[in-house]
Amino acid sequence: MDWIYEPWPWYVSGFMIALIMVLLIMVGKNFGISGNLRTICSICGGGNKADFFRFDWKTQRWNLVVVFGAIIGGFIANQFLTIDTSVAIDPKTIDNLQQLGFENAGNTYMPEKLFSTAVFSDIKNLSLLIIGGFFVGFGSRYAGGCTSGHAISGLSNLQLPSLIAVIGFFIGGLVMIHLIFPLLF
Amino acid sequence: MRTLIYLLIGIVFGITMFKSEAASWYRIYEMFRFDSFHMYGIIGTSLFFGVIVTQLIKRFQIKSFYGEFIKFPPKQKSFARYAFGGILFGLGWALAGACPGPMFTLVGAGFSPIIITILAALLGTFVYGLLKDKLPH
Repeated sequence: MDWIYEPWPWYVSGFMIALIMVLLIMVGKNFGISGNLRTICSICGGGNKADFFRFDWKTQRWNLVVVFGAIIGGFIANQFLTIDTSVAIDPKTIDNLQQLGFENAGNTYMPEKLFSTAVFSDIKNLSLLIIGGFFVGFGSRYAGGCTSGHAISGLSNLQLPSLIAVIGFFIGGLVMIHLIFPLLF
Repeated sequence: MRTLIYLLIGIVFGITMFKSEAASWYRIYEMFRFDSFHMYGIIGTSLFFGVIVTQLIKRFQIKSFYGEFIKFPPKQKSFARYAFGGILFGLGWALAGACPGPMFTLVGAGFSPIIITILAALLGTFVYGLLKDKLPH
């Protein structure tokens, strides 16, 4: 049973993601996480400011439950199913991150620089988390979906719009990592 | 009962995001550098099974577990919103190193700074809602 404590290989992980999507389809729902951000905006009264948030959010309660489950799943996986949380990234990536000032890249699950509590008093890195989050929220709603809704559900349904969105995801990601990161760090 | 099913699906999803390392900032960075096959393997495998099952469900009009017809609402035909929205999302995905699913997984895994990212994502969603009618779609 020791394998359960190891990181899952890509083929197990990919199969599980497909299984999750299929289970949601088979219970009459769909796999798309970012829609929950809109639902939460609605619950918080966003409908008073914009029509976009004026819908019956109760129809989306099931998806909030999925997200709540994802939080519990993250807790279970980290607490009970993982002994060593280091991530075996490629040595070329480690070297590159070293040059950008990320020490011990891959030794922890997330970089200390951005995801240790020290970031709360580090204006620059805190701003990066905020800007990154803002773009994720804005972009996913503008594009009508995120990785789950477009890259998995949409492409599985052979939707051209999803292919355009996913190509967009990659253009944005490549620009960020190759052109903007060297300026930021 | 149905709520419990959604919760269990969510829990399995959270465990999968964490154990696959798709929720690790490093894996996203490595993916955009094309240094590893890992993330491409994950997305490729899920699409392999995802495409087959989705097409089978459509072809044979398979009903849901509750006997209902399964509808796949087609995405709105457009270019601008997917291209612009997609690029903006990609910029954020690479910078924060997390897309929405992993963000919530990381809260459970105890990385408290990700809560800031989620709040910012809610703000981004809200600002989109305000500007929606002024943006090309």
